[in-house]
Amino acid sequence: MKSYHRVTLSRVLGVSALLFLLLVAASLAALGTGAVHTGFMEILQALRDFPGGGAQNQILFSVRLPRIFFAGTVGASLSVAGVVFQALLRNPLADPYVLGISGGSALGAIAGIILGAGAFFAGVPFLAFSGALVTVVLVFVVAGGPRGVFMDNSLLLAGVVVNSFFSAAILFCLSVVDSMELRSISFWLMGDLSGAAWPDIGVVFLCLLVAFVVLYSQARKLNLLVQGQETASQLGVNIKSAKYIMLTAASLLTAMAVSLAGIIGFVGMMVPHMMRLMWGADHRLLLPAAALFGALLLIAADTLARTILAPAELPVGVITALCGAPYFIFLMRRRGGR
Amino acid sequence: MSIISAHDLSFRYTDKQVLESLSFGVDTPCLLAVIGPNGSGKTTLLKMLNATLFPDSGSARIRGTDTRRFSRREMARLVAMVPQEMPSVFEFAAEEIVLMGRFPHQGYRLFDGKKDYRIVHAAMEKTNSLPFARARFSELSAGERQRVLIARALAQEPEILLLDESTVYLDLKHQAQFLSLIRELNREQGLTVVFVTHDINLAAQNADQILLLYKGKKYAIGAPAEVLTAKNIEEVYDVQVGIDQNPHNGSPRLTLFA
Repeated sequence: MKSYHRVTLSRVLGVSALLFLLLVAASLAALGTGAVHTGFMEILQALRDFPGGGAQNQILFSVRLPRIFFAGTVGASLSVAGVVFQALLRNPLADPYVLGISGGSALGAIAGIILGAGAFFAGVPFLAFSGALVTVVLVFVVAGGPRGVFMDNSLLLAGVVVNSFFSAAILFCLSVVDSMELRSISFWLMGDLSGAAWPDIGVVFLCLLVAFVVLYSQARKLNLLVQGQETASQLGVNIKSAKYIMLTAASLLTAMAVSLAGIIGFVGMMVPHMMRLMWGADHRLLLPAAALFGALLLIAADTLARTILAPAELPVGVITALCGAPYFIFLMRRRGGR
Repeated sequence: MSIISAHDLSFRYTDKQVLESLSFGVDTPCLLAVIGPNGSGKTTLLKMLNATLFPDSGSARIRGTDTRRFSRREMARLVAMVPQEMPSVFEFAAEEIVLMGRFPHQGYRLFDGKKDYRIVHAAMEKTNSLPFARARFSELSAGERQRVLIARALAQEPEILLLDESTVYLDLKHQAQFLSLIRELNREQGLTVVFVTHDINLAAQNADQILLLYKGKKYAIGAPAEVLTAKNIEEVYDVQVGIDQNPHNGSPRLTLFA
């Protein structure tokens, strides 16, 4: 936060519009980047010709555009979930996977890949999503039921425990599968945005919209919860219902993103941080800013991932981790290890 | 009907009885000091009065209504609490912290209106915290933070103000300012103030009524001169004290013989 600005509707709209323009610009740039380079004028021409056009338009609209849209949706979902988990756990290092959702859905996906569920429509994503939901329930139980969920550290500890258990199970699976499966599993573990088709993307995008609207209606309560549960309660927040709503929405966002895109690290931790530094900690501004910037960041990272070693492709999670970890070291050193 | 009252109220944490069969009532808007040794249940009593905790048996009531029957928002419009200290993880400006006091009045509105800013401005002016309204809360001194938290409580426009050692970090000037502020609010707006303190002379000089707690039970309640006797203090606190009259205002004055 450089200097203090009051958070008003016009400021939220202004900042959102700015970030949205950046997002559109980044998307157009990403649309033009790839094995077949496409200039800006050509993209405009292709948009005019849509849905017809030649092979180049095929690449633009059937390959690159869905992928960009998907990257943006996943980036926004993870960033919004990150904002919410950081607020609820009052921990700036929390990320969307803090409750162990990554481990649970990875296990689901790996089971799917090994058992050949990929042959069925949405088989692997479905199992990954189920794994994520089972994990959330499990974490709540380990945390000690409703009572534990309302203590600041129980959820965090339960998440760590459940996640490390699943990690062990994943390592076990990895050591028994053959090399072909290993490759698709490892892509999944590092995040992969290449596989999504329009119907899947539509579902994730719809989820994002609904969860965002729900969470935005709770934005003031998030501000209060960050001050501590007792304070929030004394200022008029019904902690129990607010926390259930927020945890459910954020978990759903994470589960949807993970089940289709694999585990993409750092975005959900880094983006809330960056946006808080830029625009302050108020969630009425932080939520839309994180959504838009998270989308932008993952689109950029995915464009790098598919072009940097072209024609080979990197898992996008490799890019986000390679950029994210140094960013955090930079942050930590600048802020005196806080 | 009492403004605040406790009716045979008992409460225990898992292995410790904190409050036991406590009954008292405050009938007119006044300044009530709650004193007692460490662990006598003072802070727990405050938490009963704003429904942060609920009694195991008996009841705490606000204007005759059991605290269980209020919604959180209703409670926050009636009763405000100034905590000793509030750790803040993320960076908020002082003004944003005070604006949070408007939450119970805002319903589903997501953005603050002119009226909210006016009330926040006035509250910060009264607590002398306006000069650092734009500063980060976490970077203020303990005394400045406390004034911001007092302003937040005032922004709630409560009928009852609960103070948990809220003057400990204030310097003399701000202590005096704060005490005259709550007396003024009491006189002009009928605010009832319940304050927990270890400073018995502060309680003696400023409270209309004093509630002396001992091991979770009511030991005495009444005017300062009735409650603050050498016998009471020596029994409850297990120390040797002398009590005489303060020549400046006639209130009881305690001297600790160490």
